[in-house]
Amino acid sequence: MRFSERPALRSPWLLGPLGIAAVLLAWSLISLSGAVDPLFLPSPPAVWQAVVEQFQEGILVADAIASIRRVFLGFALSAALALPLGIAMGSNPLICRLLEPLLGLIRYMPAPAFIPLLIIYFGLGELPKVLLIFIGTFFFNTLMIMDAVKFVPQELLETALTLGGRGLPILTRVVAPYIAPQVIDAYRINMASAWNLVIVAELVAANEGLGKRISLAQRFLRTDEIFVGLIVIGLIGLLIDLGFRAVLRRSCRWAS
Amino acid sequence: MHLSVHGVSKSFGEGRQAKLVLDDISFSIKSGEFVALVGSSGSGKSTVMRLIAGLERPSAGVIALDGQSVRGPGSDRGMVFQKYSLYPWMTAAQNVAFGMSLQGLPRPLVRERTAYFLEVVGLQDAARRLPKELSGGMQQRVAIARALAADPKVVLLDEPFGALDLQIRESMQEFLYQLWQRSGLTALLITHDLEEALLLAQRVHIMAPRPGRIVRTVEADLDRSNLPHLRMSAPFLELREELVTTLRNLDAAAS
Ligand SMILES: Nc1ncnc2c1ncn2[C@@H]1O[C@H](COP(=O)(O)OP(=O)(O)O)[C@@H](O)[C@H]1O
Ligand SMILES: [Mg+2]
Repeated sequence: MRFSERPALRSPWLLGPLGIAAVLLAWSLISLSGAVDPLFLPSPPAVWQAVVEQFQEGILVADAIASIRRVFLGFALSAALALPLGIAMGSNPLICRLLEPLLGLIRYMPAPAFIPLLIIYFGLGELPKVLLIFIGTFFFNTLMIMDAVKFVPQELLETALTLGGRGLPILTRVVAPYIAPQVIDAYRINMASAWNLVIVAELVAANEGLGKRISLAQRFLRTDEIFVGLIVIGLIGLLIDLGFRAVLRRSCRWAS
Repeated sequence: MHLSVHGVSKSFGEGRQAKLVLDDISFSIKSGEFVALVGSSGSGKSTVMRLIAGLERPSAGVIALDGQSVRGPGSDRGMVFQKYSLYPWMTAAQNVAFGMSLQGLPRPLVRERTAYFLEVVGLQDAARRLPKELSGGMQQRVAIARALAADPKVVLLDEPFGALDLQIRESMQEFLYQLWQRSGLTALLITHDLEEALLLAQRVHIMAPRPGRIVRTVEADLDRSNLPHLRMSAPFLELREELVTTLRNLDAAAS
């Protein structure tokens, strides 16, 4: 505990699953008690049934792939462009002065507000959805990488200079390894917004995808399918998050 | 090797806000000498070192190494900072090898010299450990080995033991002195600890603050065959006492 002096639990990793189990239990009890209309709160078996159906029809996997693909394309573009720009802004005060106010401003424009514009420009295909994810994550990625570069300790850079280092080698051999954990963590955090945005984009207009499935289910009052969508979205997000954490642990043993 | 600092002044800031931090500093160091700069915190010691390292430019005056005016940082002037200067993702050996590798030395040579310098600082067994797995004293020994391995003409040490506990500091002082004796390195040590300066350096420049300037230079001709003994010896204590008084008066005059 950060703020108190309680002794550590013997197996604290049990707490997370315990919390989830408690919610599942409460859900089962409420729907068994019949206090809430199943139309509003489908029972766990009904939701599981919907999962099996969607899986057998193949739409669950197709939806998941469609959403993941959009997130991956948009985020890969964002991550790949944010890295050099963030490093340039973090290491060159002039570039920073020029761009930081602009990026700081755009960052506060909610990405979903760009959807109408993107539809007018690019129609209803894949491109506007990928671009939405790009817009929603690029500025955060860039500014977080810029900050990481700005906080590389001066001593580490100056030591490299006095050891005979110059320009590019200092960038690749001092700055890059130092910021790596923070960059991976920035990607992990902003990936959550990418995952939110793809659902928003699909709610507005799409032929397939997990968000699309939810909005269809709403039209037919299929709350069980909405639950499926929500749970699958949550699980995929969690897996991506765990993936980033694993990469961080593996690649940056020194930082933990 | 001859390092000369001649009439160097430094101010930070522009126009009316300009603050004179160093005023007309002159001294020099020859091959194999151990020189110390002592002064209270804020007297501009680190600024002198950064000017010599080429990390800052003097506002006036000239710094020259072997007749060549210093224009920027280079591997001929090695540097050891007080702390935070090991690369945390590199092992001790990788840290020591880093300068040689930046300079493009062939790999077998880098490996050989890395092993040699780790041994010089007594850390051959810690080669594969990360900085966070080393004690403060060990970290500073790695930093010293790294500076030496890059083959500088002069090593600049900025309060290298300032962050260490008293006991470790004393053993590190003895370590540094023996290293200097054995390897014939040329060293400029910066410290606010008068005892440390007198113990190690042949010549001690005492600096006063606001603006930073050298107010006194002491040739410390002491018998250093037994450092722990020297710390307690009468000539050493007398000299230290006299200089402590000098420093105290300076601080009183300045504040
Ligand atoms: N980059 C800088 N910009 C402005 N003032 C500085 C800068 N570096 C040092 N100073 C000032 O110069 C004075 C001397 O600093 P420093 O050389 O670090 O002293 P010391 O190492 O003796 O403690 C201090 O008053 C400090 O605030
Ligand atoms: Mg200092």
